[in-house]
Amino acid sequence: MSDTTSNTAEKLTTSDGKPLKASFAKALRRQKMRALILIAPLLLFVLVSFAAPIVDMLFRSVQNEIVPETLPRTVTALESWDPASGELPDEFVFAALRDDLIIAAERKQHTRLGSRLNYEMTGMSSLFRKTGRRVDDFGEIFTEQFEDLNEAWVEPATWVSLMASEDWIAAQAEWATAGDDSATEPAFVVSEAAKEALPRTAEIYAGFANVIQTEDEDSPTEEEPWNPVYAALYGDLIANPDAAASYSGVTAELLATAAAAVPEFEATTAREEFIDADEDWGSLDVWQTLYRFKGPYTAGYYLAALDAQMTAHGIEMVPEDQRIYLLLFMRTLVLSVVITFSCLILGYPIAFLLSHLPLRSANLLMILVLLPFWTSLLVRTSAWKVLLQQQGVINDILVFIGLVSDDGRLALINNATGTVIAMTHILLPFMILPLYSVMKTISPTYVRAAKSLGATDWTAFWRIYFPQTVPGIGAGAVLVFILSIGYYITPELVGGTSGIFISNRIAYHISSSLNWGLAAALGTLLLVVVLLCFVIYDKLVGIDNVKLG
Amino acid sequence: MKTKSIILALAASLATSSAAYAEQMTIVSWGGAYQASQKNAYTDPYMEMNPDIEVVWDESSNEAVAKLRAMNEAGNVTWDLVDVVAADAMRLCDEGLAMEYDPDELLADAPDGTPASEDFGDLIVSDCFIPQIVYSTTAAYRPDLLPEGAPEPESICAMFDTETYPGKRSLEKRPINNMEWALICDGVAKEDVYDVLETEEGQDRAFAKLDTIKDDVIWWSAAAEPPQLLADGEIVMGSSYNGRWFSAIVEEDQPFKMLWDAQVFDLDGWIIPAGLPEDRLAMVKDFVKFATDTQRLADQAAYISYGPARNSSAPLVGKHAELGVEMGPHMPTAPENAENVFVYNYEWWADYRDDLDAKFQSWLVQ
Repeated sequence: MSDTTSNTAEKLTTSDGKPLKASFAKALRRQKMRALILIAPLLLFVLVSFAAPIVDMLFRSVQNEIVPETLPRTVTALESWDPASGELPDEFVFAALRDDLIIAAERKQHTRLGSRLNYEMTGMSSLFRKTGRRVDDFGEIFTEQFEDLNEAWVEPATWVSLMASEDWIAAQAEWATAGDDSATEPAFVVSEAAKEALPRTAEIYAGFANVIQTEDEDSPTEEEPWNPVYAALYGDLIANPDAAASYSGVTAELLATAAAAVPEFEATTAREEFIDADEDWGSLDVWQTLYRFKGPYTAGYYLAALDAQMTAHGIEMVPEDQRIYLLLFMRTLVLSVVITFSCLILGYPIAFLLSHLPLRSANLLMILVLLPFWTSLLVRTSAWKVLLQQQGVINDILVFIGLVSDDGRLALINNATGTVIAMTHILLPFMILPLYSVMKTISPTYVRAAKSLGATDWTAFWRIYFPQTVPGIGAGAVLVFILSIGYYITPELVGGTSGIFISNRIAYHISSSLNWGLAAALGTLLLVVVLLCFVIYDKLVGIDNVKLG
Repeated sequence: MKTKSIILALAASLATSSAAYAEQMTIVSWGGAYQASQKNAYTDPYMEMNPDIEVVWDESSNEAVAKLRAMNEAGNVTWDLVDVVAADAMRLCDEGLAMEYDPDELLADAPDGTPASEDFGDLIVSDCFIPQIVYSTTAAYRPDLLPEGAPEPESICAMFDTETYPGKRSLEKRPINNMEWALICDGVAKEDVYDVLETEEGQDRAFAKLDTIKDDVIWWSAAAEPPQLLADGEIVMGSSYNGRWFSAIVEEDQPFKMLWDAQVFDLDGWIIPAGLPEDRLAMVKDFVKFATDTQRLADQAAYISYGPARNSSAPLVGKHAELGVEMGPHMPTAPENAENVFVYNYEWWADYRDDLDAKFQSWLVQ
């Protein structure tokens, strides 16, 4: 049955002989394209300025790349450690951390990493700072002994012949003879032989050469390696006394003598040096924290935003005296509801009056509503400070008429009361305007009809007029509620400590504590809360009932 | 004819504006009286000497670390010179966001030939910090608001004494200074403050002391707030920077008195953002050399009561530029003011700031 209809449809053609279906589809497509071109500027604008930042924020709230990027060797080395073993990681991990940390310290990334880890465990910031100041001394004991063994170990050239690939040496020599200041030295390449025979030394030396070239804009041919490079060489020669076999000539000889001498060296371990620099490195907690946050993504910020944290025993709530975010989310919601209601109670009669006055006086009143709306937010907020403070106008009047005593002046500002009063005032037009535009369209004949059928004033209002204003209430309430949830300037200025909102903490983490990840997580949660409220609202009132005019 | 002349005029104005753009220098500072003093002492005379350079001010110093970080991440640093407190300079230096410099090369020698590194001395607290002024955070009160018979406060501990001095007080919304004052008033000797604060118990002790006045404190984050609150009679005493108190007392004639007890010395100065292109760097260096010489630093003290950061400038400090008041006695470094100085430990705060900020902020909200 359906086959036959589709067959007949295919047979239909337009006057120029094309199948009707194709022609129709083409016309439709053209129309869609035209529509797309018309909205393209807006679409592009929304994508660039709205969607992209939100996606970026979502991404930032789980991002933890700073740990694996700053400590790549440690992160790999930690794979072999069992954090539940109750023992500190082995020397291999400590040596990897030493190598990572000196490179991070040279690039000045270790303080930022410390700040990052400090969000998860107090004390990490100072631990990284302190150790960063001392890490270039780690392994000094080996440097001295190598140098005592043979002066050649001081020479940058020795190290280059030991570590660099032949191609790089050739390219570097060419660059040096050219003497062209504008050209940069070719990037250092470590030789295969070195990687084979002295793997750890090759690794850290390559890191050293890279830092020297990129950060200091110097050449590895002119700089003596850092102390940790000597420590790594010691480790490699102990592990592989036959390393010299991969080399020839003077270098091999030098390496062979060193290999023979190292077992007699006075030695220390990276572990000892770290614990010596700061005893916290001997604490299991520090290492477990590092282990938990070694991945490129983390749920840590979201947990923190919900007053929880990851510990060795799984997810736990933070100590009671540090739980603030759930409290702030609740306070933001409660105060926003209060503000919405007070806007409604104050705004409804005004909108009613406006819509029932003759146009001339209504316009005048409308200007009174809009005038403060056009005044700067800061000015209005500051005006409230003058009015509400304890020695302010309102308290003075109350004292003057004897409602309160001079000693018992009301605390109307720098607390939640101040926030509610100031924000109700600021958001009032957002309630009045939609209400007014809805009321304006309600025909007075309905109320008149109700009254003519015997309704009292109240019944006529409540059963006939009020239901018709619900779309306006809905629009006003959604506007005011969502605006107030995200407000932060007014609460910051008049809210003291008990009237601040969650957005104040977001602003604080963005500009003061620099914990952008937590700010992003809090922002995302706030977005989720708003969306949830919206869904609930849609279920209760129905979003198609909202009318702005 | 008319169109042609309009086009010509447009082209000319475009040409000049692009030329002017090339010589713009963006300086970041704190706004208010302090920025005005820098404008009067440094940039106005400098622009007179270099008419082709235009200085653009940005008042973002209190968010300088965050913004420099963001600019660095975006790879586009638009600031040329940033005014920050010493602790922020250290943070920026540690993170590689500020340029390290050589004082003797960048800064001018003293008139008697003393090298800059010696003339500034210990005030160069970080390799990136170019000191400018010494200021202090200190308390002030209104004698007329004190209760009948109460003696005028002489020590910072009046801040914690709500029995003798009832009413609100205003403190800065951050742990620095408040924690130290709390401990001093809880009986810890000044020299032991940081040792005590380093321990968990010491921190709890400071918070416990602050708890006793928590309900009576209005917390400020802009230094202009406490003088305003005090003028309004909202508070009986508060802490702020001494220059702000000076401008309220001397320039605006407010009935305040300053409490030079446990005043906390701090430094403010410039940093040059790391990674500026050569041409902009050259311009900034030239300006810094000009703005940090002995006479210029002394000039700034004619507009605000902050002590110049170089030794050789001190004898040149004279009178207020408009009021003709001797500035010397109003400086935080004046001997009679500096009797009970508390020396704030930058290094310590650099290490502990992250921890204590977090604790303090959650203490505040609860």
